[in-house]
Amino acid sequence: MTTQDINALQSLNNKTEIKGRSLWSDAMQRLMRNKAAITSLVILGIITIMVIIAPVFSPFEFDAIDWNLISTPPSLANGHIFGTDAIGRDLFVRTLYGGRMSLMIGVIATLVSLIIGISYGATAGYIGGKTDAIMMRIVDILYAMPFMFFVILLMVFFGRNIYLIFIAIGAINWLDMARIVRGQTLSLKRKEFVEAAVACGVSTPRIILRHIVPNLLGIVVVYITLTIPQVILVESFLSFLGLGVQEPATSWGALVNEGAQDMEIAPWALLFPAVFLATTLFCFNFIGDGLRDALDPKDR
Amino acid sequence: MLRYTLRRFLGAWPTLLILMTLAFFMMRAAPGGPFDTEKTLAPEIQANLDKKYHLDEPLIKQYGRYLFDLAQGDFGPSFQYKDYSVNELIATGFPVSLRLGGTAIILAFFIGSLLGTIAALRQNTAIDYSVMATAMTGISIPNFVLAPLMILLFAVNLKWLPAGGWNDGAFKNTILPIIALTLPYVAYISRLMRSSMIEVLRSNPIRTARAKGLPEHTVILRHAMKPALLPVISFLGPATAGILTGSVVIEQIFGIPGLGRYFVQGALNRDYTLVMGVVVFYGILIIFFNIIVDVVYALLDPKVRY
Repeated sequence: MTTQDINALQSLNNKTEIKGRSLWSDAMQRLMRNKAAITSLVILGIITIMVIIAPVFSPFEFDAIDWNLISTPPSLANGHIFGTDAIGRDLFVRTLYGGRMSLMIGVIATLVSLIIGISYGATAGYIGGKTDAIMMRIVDILYAMPFMFFVILLMVFFGRNIYLIFIAIGAINWLDMARIVRGQTLSLKRKEFVEAAVACGVSTPRIILRHIVPNLLGIVVVYITLTIPQVILVESFLSFLGLGVQEPATSWGALVNEGAQDMEIAPWALLFPAVFLATTLFCFNFIGDGLRDALDPKDR
Repeated sequence: MLRYTLRRFLGAWPTLLILMTLAFFMMRAAPGGPFDTEKTLAPEIQANLDKKYHLDEPLIKQYGRYLFDLAQGDFGPSFQYKDYSVNELIATGFPVSLRLGGTAIILAFFIGSLLGTIAALRQNTAIDYSVMATAMTGISIPNFVLAPLMILLFAVNLKWLPAGGWNDGAFKNTILPIIALTLPYVAYISRLMRSSMIEVLRSNPIRTARAKGLPEHTVILRHAMKPALLPVISFLGPATAGILTGSVVIEQIFGIPGLGRYFVQGALNRDYTLVMGVVVFYGILIIFFNIIVDVVYALLDPKVRY
């Protein structure tokens, strides 16, 4: 064999070598092909960055009141590109600050519900038997509660406290997560690697944390992208009723509420926050759908 | 079947009890009483008020009294709307909310499943895509954003419809609130219906029906519709809860004198009994509606064992 042949063989060998495709790279590929999801991801990224570095965009403070410019329409001339609200605050900056609040609440409250839901569901599913039956029965009972009404009560009675919003929203959203995680855990615990861990004498909490929870990741990721918009919606709903975040801080819901109050004379105060809120929810829903399709191909 | 229904009804009692208990103790744990006003009342008057509404009794006794009255269907007097009992307020507000919510849920069910079926039958065509895009819009635009936008367009600019008010339930006054309440659920239901219909259409019984040479509409209406509707039916429980909650904000926006509006007013006025009454009333409604949904589901789905 000449060196040429050897080289040719080697390059052939290199070409035929099959690169292993993990579940995640597979899912990633499917996601990349989903144009709606990718576009949403980009738009959401832009909104997030805008919201985080909000003050860079505008010379105005979000709570600076200018009595000379009350409810002025959007104009490039005076720098208020989204116009001003009923007490002369710049709406562009307020929309971005509102978005900061809405997104922050969305992410943190989702994390709260995630932590409760995963630990509850994984524990119930893994231990099984009577414990599982009782734990899931509690979830069933809580499931039938009109929680929104309780959250409204909570806000009315204990003041509009932002931490309370996190806890309240997190506390109502963990039920779904607990159910999903439990179902998944039930099938996971029969797998060989769990058996191996048991045989090695690993403690139950450690098995749940190190072997069960990491394998729930796929479904959790999908769930996160579908929960965040729900949470943003709940917060906006509360803020809309005047029970959410407190002045001068604001959120998209609060801005929509303010805008709706004098929409006849200043429709821009309603339109801009509404568009931002709807776009964000749109993007999350598309990403969630895309992720679900990517991670769970059987559903397509 | 009867036993299953009975068992479901019995199973609802703990939920109800927890609901009432939670409502009661949350209310009492709240800072600020129903009679806190700007000026302080004379201690005698305060004492008399407390006595009249049994606020001077130990908590556990109040709780017992509350449960006892509730068991007889008595929600007690309203603290703020003097001379009215909570029962009377519910009786005036609920028919309005029922008309809104009831119409919304029925419309959402029919329109949603119809659109979902059409999208499924025309999968991956322009019809399918436009239905799903509309559905996505319905899900992403919350009703409290949609409602003011619709008022702005149809009432303020085009002047086709009234911007609010109830006007004793005149048809024109109900159009916008019902659309705002219905649209998100049309969206959810059509998505659900589409995916379940697609799955059913691939199943063996449908293949058999087609192999028998049945006409397409018989295959769809007689064979595919029933199993495809199952997920939609089980979604009706949460949907009802959602529509009831949604009606709180819709009634607020349109100035409709329904139960949701009493609830918000009552909550802001610390009208203990009224707010508790509405929460418990809606809770009971949701719980029992869930049971009905479950029973209907069990009736329709041959796979459910009871």
